[in-house]
Amino acid sequence: MIEFTLNGKAVESQAGPTDRLLDVLRNEFGCRGPKEGCGEGECGACSCLVDGKLMNSCITPAGAVAGRTVVTLDGFRDTDQYKLLDQTFAEAGAVQCGFCTPGMIMAAQALLSKNPHPTEQEIRLAISGNLCRCTGYNMIINAISLAAERGKGLW
Amino acid sequence: MDISTPVVKKDHEVKMSGRAEYIADHPFPGEIWGTMVRSTVPFGKIRSIKLPDLPEGYTAVTADDVPGENLLKVVTSEQPIFAGDTVRFLGEGILMITGPDLTEVKRLAAETEVTYEEYEPVLSLDEATDTCAHYHFTKGRAMDEVFAEAAEVIEETFTTGYQEQAYLEPQGAVGVYKDGRAEIFGSMQCPYYVKNACKQTMGLDDDHVRIVQMTTGGGFGGKEDYPSLIGCQVAVAAKKTGHPVRMILNRREDMASTPKRHPSKITYKVALDGSKHITGIKADILLDAGAYAGLSDVVLQRSLLSAIGCYNIENTDITGAAMLTNLVSNGAYRGFGAPQSFFAIETMMDHIAYKLGKDPLDFKKEYFVKQGDITCSEGVFHHHVPIPEMLEKAEELTDYSSKYAEYKKPQTGRFRKGIGMSMVFHGCGFTGAAEKEFIKAVVKIHKYADDTVEILASNSDIGQGIKTTFAKIVAEGLGIPLSDVKIENPDTDRVPDSGPTVASRSLMIVGKLLERAAARLKAEWKPGEEQEVEEHYKHPDFMLPWDGKAFHGDAYPTYSWALNVVELELDTLTGQSRLLSVCGIFDVGKDIDRTIMVGQAQGGMLQGLGYGSIENMETKEGRVLQNSFTDYMIPTAEDTVPFQIAFIDNPYDGGPKGAKGAGELTLVGAAPAFEAAVEQASGKRFFSIPLTPEKVLMALSEKG
Repeated sequence: MIEFTLNGKAVESQAGPTDRLLDVLRNEFGCRGPKEGCGEGECGACSCLVDGKLMNSCITPAGAVAGRTVVTLDGFRDTDQYKLLDQTFAEAGAVQCGFCTPGMIMAAQALLSKNPHPTEQEIRLAISGNLCRCTGYNMIINAISLAAERGKGLW
Repeated sequence: MDISTPVVKKDHEVKMSGRAEYIADHPFPGEIWGTMVRSTVPFGKIRSIKLPDLPEGYTAVTADDVPGENLLKVVTSEQPIFAGDTVRFLGEGILMITGPDLTEVKRLAAETEVTYEEYEPVLSLDEATDTCAHYHFTKGRAMDEVFAEAAEVIEETFTTGYQEQAYLEPQGAVGVYKDGRAEIFGSMQCPYYVKNACKQTMGLDDDHVRIVQMTTGGGFGGKEDYPSLIGCQVAVAAKKTGHPVRMILNRREDMASTPKRHPSKITYKVALDGSKHITGIKADILLDAGAYAGLSDVVLQRSLLSAIGCYNIENTDITGAAMLTNLVSNGAYRGFGAPQSFFAIETMMDHIAYKLGKDPLDFKKEYFVKQGDITCSEGVFHHHVPIPEMLEKAEELTDYSSKYAEYKKPQTGRFRKGIGMSMVFHGCGFTGAAEKEFIKAVVKIHKYADDTVEILASNSDIGQGIKTTFAKIVAEGLGIPLSDVKIENPDTDRVPDSGPTVASRSLMIVGKLLERAAARLKAEWKPGEEQEVEEHYKHPDFMLPWDGKAFHGDAYPTYSWALNVVELELDTLTGQSRLLSVCGIFDVGKDIDRTIMVGQAQGGMLQGLGYGSIENMETKEGRVLQNSFTDYMIPTAEDTVPFQIAFIDNPYDGGPKGAKGAGELTLVGAAPAFEAAVEQASGKRFFSIPLTPEKVLMALSEKG
């Protein structure tokens, strides 16, 4: 049994320690935010936060999160920070097919929670582990940049 | 309000919040998993199949289980749903193992032993001898005469590689069979293509097949034909097992065995007269179709019709063939045969200019087409061609000519700069008479008693924003708020066949039908009553008839246009380029939503830059070498820079509010502009994309 905090709640997983965290989140706890895009830690669609740090859940063994705090979009979407990102992603046109979006939002949160006023280059670096084939990235970068500008005190 | 004024997209909230249901997110009661056993040889006869002991609840589904025809309906029907006695490429699906536990299903599939009597495979375009499509057509005088009279003839050959669509969501579908009815749910662009294929494979009629598009994580053409195959496979498995069967490809399987952009080999022979003026161009285009024809015939048609680019050349002679090999089948990818040709013709024109000691743009300006000019298939550019306005805008935004002149001066040192420009078009909608003869699109608008309406059309929102642009056209036409217009993912039980989501046709063709339907509904509007209007495709009456065999007439009603500028700094030590600026100027008639259109432009151009630079895929002994994001690199946020995007309004009456085809156009010009910039920075000539740092370094290490 693996105990950890998921989206603010204490949970116990029946998974084995080497099971993929992605499967545990999706199949055992019904989180739909993390997506499987490659299963090899290359695309970032499965991104979640583990103790605030951006992780690819597809290559994270479930045992590695024992005693730690995991946040996915499914929990993060109830926060004021999400609400602002929601507005700026809409305004900037940062969502096309939407498959990379949950991972991008987690990457944005990981960045802004450490660096509330990032430069454009810092944003590029922060989302460089998250692939997007639709947008060409610039509209996502604009969205994160707008959120940083407007998010006084949120991060 | 101007229709281009951006709105929050219809599907923004559901996607942003992670609540959108992609196929992996939607459970089906009693569902089991399926995975394919795939061919491990490129060409051979199946001698024997030895299955491991299958535990209870685990099943092998084979060609023998197909109730109807074991042939996939695409343009023609030649690819088996499950391989019969022969396999024609490495990765071809032979049979499916199904069962409740995915890990166990994968183990059983891996332990299935197939033996083959191997045949000599055709493993490259150069070795190929069999065609699945070929054409030859001319304009003007006989080319022999033109070459005989020429003062100079220049011949060059170009090659282009594979390009993988790299949609972030892998291919996936769930098949359900109950009460004699087959249902397929999945990630797809063309629900009615899947439906027609399923009818044939399952031996069912129209009323016994239902297809539902789930939210689709990108397509770019990759989900045009392949979902029909995977859909038929899960439908057959569902019937055999009595369970809903789910199959989602893993990334490596997806990259190695699904269709991608055709590699090509393109040769130009150009005749110049004594005053160094082009009198004729002969083009020969070969595409690697892969093992099955699939969409290759129609892809080839667009390659051929793009062969002369945006240039008005008096005499042209164009031949082309799609060649069968024992490699993965190729299919649709944004641009659909045009990116290969435009890379080649743009580069060819640059090379001729350099040979003649002219600047490429000055040279190209002598030939740019204008309204009324004759196309290479002896059709007509019926509408205004805004190339002069686009050039003016490009100078204003990029300072192209002065930068070109500056970078032309001898450069020394490790880092050297270059700037490149390309001009491309996209023939809007299907090639030839397909809309009139085969597609015959139908749309409906249903009005509910509460005076809200629902759009009923079969086009899928795959990220391009069609739900929003359709809804804006209908809301504007009816004079009602956007929030009163509903549009769901298409379900063939509810929506008519308005054709596939391909060819940059959805907005122009289907959007126009919706505009007309809205106008009619508005005229007949009865408050508080339920009403429905239906509209059918009408062929533009100005078009010259299209002869598909002779390749003669108007291949497209109109064209959209793009000018791309790429400026970069080349590191001569590593061969790598760093983008300095990227600019795209587009005539898409009228953009129906500025933010959506900018998104199309940015995404398409970056895919085009990837195609021209880093996206390298090769095969060895029939096996795709780069089958993961580790090996097949697509651009990341760190590989790009802010793009300048501008639009030239040039409304087309045949599209809603003047809109023309837009989605594919955005990809086509980036690779040639990139290549031209690298040529200027390096002082070298290149003939092949992707123009990887390795290729650049090799050229730099050569003398001269």
